[in-house]
Amino acid sequence: MLILLPSNFRNKFNMQKMNIKKDIAISESGFVFDPTTGESYSLNAIGVEILTLLKEGNDQQEITDFVLQKYEVDADTFDNNYYDFINMLKQFNLAKTEA
Amino acid sequence: MDKKKIVVAVTGLNNTDNPGPGIPVIRGIRESKEFDVRIIGLAYENLEPGIYMKDIVDKTYQIPYPSTGSDVLMDRISYINSIENIDVLIPNFDAELYTFMKSEELLKNIGINTFLPTIEQFEERHKSNLPAFGKKYGIKAPFSKDIISPLDIQQIKYEFQYPVLVKGKFYDAYIAYNEEQVTNHFNKISAKWGVPVIIQQFIRGTEVNVVALGDGKGNTIGAVPMRKQYITDKGKAWGGITLSDKKMLEITHNLISKTKWRGGMELEMIKTINNEYYMIEINPRIPAWVYLAVGAGQNIPEALVKLALGMKVEPYKSYEVGKMFIRYSYDLIGDIRQFEKLSISGEL
Repeated sequence: MLILLPSNFRNKFNMQKMNIKKDIAISESGFVFDPTTGESYSLNAIGVEILTLLKEGNDQQEITDFVLQKYEVDADTFDNNYYDFINMLKQFNLAKTEA
Repeated sequence: MDKKKIVVAVTGLNNTDNPGPGIPVIRGIRESKEFDVRIIGLAYENLEPGIYMKDIVDKTYQIPYPSTGSDVLMDRISYINSIENIDVLIPNFDAELYTFMKSEELLKNIGINTFLPTIEQFEERHKSNLPAFGKKYGIKAPFSKDIISPLDIQQIKYEFQYPVLVKGKFYDAYIAYNEEQVTNHFNKISAKWGVPVIIQQFIRGTEVNVVALGDGKGNTIGAVPMRKQYITDKGKAWGGITLSDKKMLEITHNLISKTKWRGGMELEMIKTINNEYYMIEINPRIPAWVYLAVGAGQNIPEALVKLALGMKVEPYKSYEVGKMFIRYSYDLIGDIRQFEKLSISGEL
């Protein structure tokens, strides 16, 4: 399914900084635990890296640079996956966009 | 250090799929480093599993239901005490609490200590009084109303929006989406628990609970929040996890401070998507999942025994977050001779 977004949407999205919930525990195995809700989640290795980078306060550009340098992926593909990942974090109340 | 020898009598040995808190309370007390405890089980029914758990309960006596009259029950307790010299008695059922609270002085006079809420505390937190209770103590509570007859059901649509919760005065809660379902639940609940049946506004969100202990002077001795992870068809927790939730602890501490709550309690709350907390029930006793608190570092049953004995108890300051409990079922092998002894002599 194609979703049409306003042309400036992605750029606006790029500019937004994510606030990751402070209390969450991320283990190297990919297990994420939210102690305020008791919910837990599983991430793959790259998910752990991105969530850790977000938690450390890196913005999307810094994370993109890191991933493009480390993995064989083009910017558009990563951008799409990153967008999906962030939306999932928001949906599970693990992250919110900084006002 | 020599452990102090004490005798503790406990009800709620029904460790079934709708468990009483007796067995987890006993496990907590048995883990005490200060007490060498003899446990006297007080059972209403012959097949309460705790009766047959010989490493948990040292001796069990049958007792009559409080509905047979408080004098009959107290006579039986006096008889048991004449043999066992009970130091502390911990009643664990909502339905028996009133009788034990009323008899607190009488029990004290024969050397049995309890640590129970006052009648006022017990009465004002009733499900049907919850909106007024919430208003008095600054806690959000869903709108509730008592109904005593099927004729009242027609009025519900003028005051509530469906779905609503239909609750028994002690136990049981069902969700109802229309009048017909309310009628079914009303009939079922009133037949089992009597009236009133409580109609409560349905709040959407996640149910979270706190087990807590108040010292009767406004201090919280222990408090551990939990979320049920696995719920049975009776709505009971079959698995749960301790949470780090400052707001829940703040609500608990405020409530205990303002009410000067005395004894164990369970707060049942709904956390909405907007992070608002609604108090849906206050149980005036230790809940069946209390052993999770023990596992997380707060031995609430032991602290309750100390308070009952008039010992000084330092409040717990922390607990481990992310501790889980998982219930399981287990087949005990008994013998008809045990059942016979209990049935005939009322003791095992």
